[in-house]
Amino acid sequence: MSSGDPALKESVDSNTADRKASAAAGPVWSGGPLAVLLWTGGLLLLLLSIAVAVTIGPARISVPDVWSAVASHLGFGASELSPIRDGIIWNLRMPRTLLAAVCGAGLAVCGTVMQSLLRNPLADPFVLGVSSGASTGAVVVVVLGVGGGAVSLSAGAFVGAICSFALVLLLSHTLGSTTDRVVLSGVAAMQLFSALTSFVVMTSADAEQTRGVLFWLLGSLSGVGWSEVVLCTAVLAVCLVVCLAHARTLDAFAFGQDAAAALGVNVARTRIVLLCTTALLTAALVSSAGAIGFVGLVLPHAARALTGSGHRRLLPVTALAGAIFLVWVDTLARTVLDPQEVPVGVVTALIGVPAFVAVLYRTRSTP
Amino acid sequence: MSLTENGGLRAERVGREAGGRLILDGVDITPPPGATVGLLGPNGSGKSTLLRILAGLLAPDTGTVTLDGDPLAALGRRTVARRIAVVDQHAVTQVDLSVLDVVRLGRIPHRRAWSAPDRADEEAVTDALRRTGLTDRAAQSWHTLSGGERQRVQIARALAQQPRELLLDEPTNHLDIQHQLELLALVAELPLTSVIALHDLNLAAMFCDRITVMKAGRVIAGGTPAEVITEELIEDVYGVRAVVTPDGPDGRPSVRFLPRR
Repeated sequence: MSSGDPALKESVDSNTADRKASAAAGPVWSGGPLAVLLWTGGLLLLLLSIAVAVTIGPARISVPDVWSAVASHLGFGASELSPIRDGIIWNLRMPRTLLAAVCGAGLAVCGTVMQSLLRNPLADPFVLGVSSGASTGAVVVVVLGVGGGAVSLSAGAFVGAICSFALVLLLSHTLGSTTDRVVLSGVAAMQLFSALTSFVVMTSADAEQTRGVLFWLLGSLSGVGWSEVVLCTAVLAVCLVVCLAHARTLDAFAFGQDAAAALGVNVARTRIVLLCTTALLTAALVSSAGAIGFVGLVLPHAARALTGSGHRRLLPVTALAGAIFLVWVDTLARTVLDPQEVPVGVVTALIGVPAFVAVLYRTRSTP
Repeated sequence: MSLTENGGLRAERVGREAGGRLILDGVDITPPPGATVGLLGPNGSGKSTLLRILAGLLAPDTGTVTLDGDPLAALGRRTVARRIAVVDQHAVTQVDLSVLDVVRLGRIPHRRAWSAPDRADEEAVTDALRRTGLTDRAAQSWHTLSGGERQRVQIARALAQQPRELLLDEPTNHLDIQHQLELLALVAELPLTSVIALHDLNLAAMFCDRITVMKAGRVIAGGTPAEVITEELIEDVYGVRAVVTPDGPDGRPSVRFLPRR
């Protein structure tokens, strides 16, 4: 195929116009300086946010204290901090802040993938019933005492989340696997498991249990330890790699499944891989920190406004934005009504609802 | 262009059933390489289904589709997408994309995971924009384009795939007459094998080298526009009276419809 073919349509000033297009386009497509700036700047901002967030709270702690505690625990020199201060930093605030970052990043990435894959700007990580299943699993363990104390709330939540997701997959497969059917299956599972949760709480829980379950359902990072951090970080890392490997594939879904297939995408395989990956990550996060809402819905839209819709750039930036956002929201949640703690899900919702309205407002005129 | 006997895209005795109804019934079609083939027939005659099967998006229940002699089903989806590009009648997205973003989608079958776009990708995209006259519109948002411009962008995206076969399903359906003419002239000039499902007989006669006519899932006529588009055929296929005269460009048939008796 030769571009010099006289039969081909030529624009008169193709030369100058070509140069203009490639100059405008080059960096945007292939990463480029803006992406590097966003990526390194975001990473630095995240590290700084974590360091500063750890200092905030009833016990007075400075950023150098944080560095010294972290350095001593990682084996670089001895800490001069008292054991109590060291404990506050290393055993209480550090794991909590890190898990906030991991949850924020994970939920934002899952939300982005769901929105692109299901072609629905209102999709979030919980749209396929994962959080509702987790809550049912949690109340079955906590309220009904299934497992006789050997099974933790987190383990129950994880099993519930996976059961719910499996039901959604089975339903959507049976109902015809179109995007709409997947979303509707998710809605059905969500309703079913919410009803089950309410039923168990209404019939069996005492006031103390109800309050505890409600607090967990709204999403809370209180009392998390290093084991959750390590587990969730590992799952996040694996999922990030899988999602980034599918970045181009996700771009292909812009005009729907058929268009993606015509661009060489194996739609069925891509969908099952990405749905399972994001469900696994969401289940791990919900089991550790409850159903923190709105991060996975709103942050992807905010990140898209920064980077455009190409997933190669969008996914890393979404992850960083989600991490930074949740670190600060959790800091707010644990300090604003000190000594009482507000569930972080309540704060994300309070911030998220206006942001959500803004998203809807911005997209109101697009068909 | 030298051709083997099996060169290009070929469907043999292709059948497809849906809901107990035969949508395609033993269809044979072999678009001559480089030709623009018009696919005519009433609604529900199986044009879209045939195009989807030719693109490998739908598997036939019976019969085979081959590309240079290889069964389409045995080739990977990516391999097929590097040879065959598809343009639908109406592309819809909620994603905020620029013209350039859409055209770049055409490079997806050529790129591996993790790899950044290379020179060949950039050149294919630039070339596709130039050939469709969209170079100056590269930065414009998809959502601000008219229907005709959107179809033009979809053709640019298809060209960025660097296909040898282009399948278009009623690409002019939502366009005004000026944009219909522009779009078909653009497609007809491309040095690709194109199969276009069309409703407008005059446009088909004007721009297509070959015409294939379908009725109730079967191919009932095939040949040059002058051979195929006749008063008898229009009466038979569409149940409509018409006068066909050789008044089109280069003596091609021109169709004027008559009111019902």
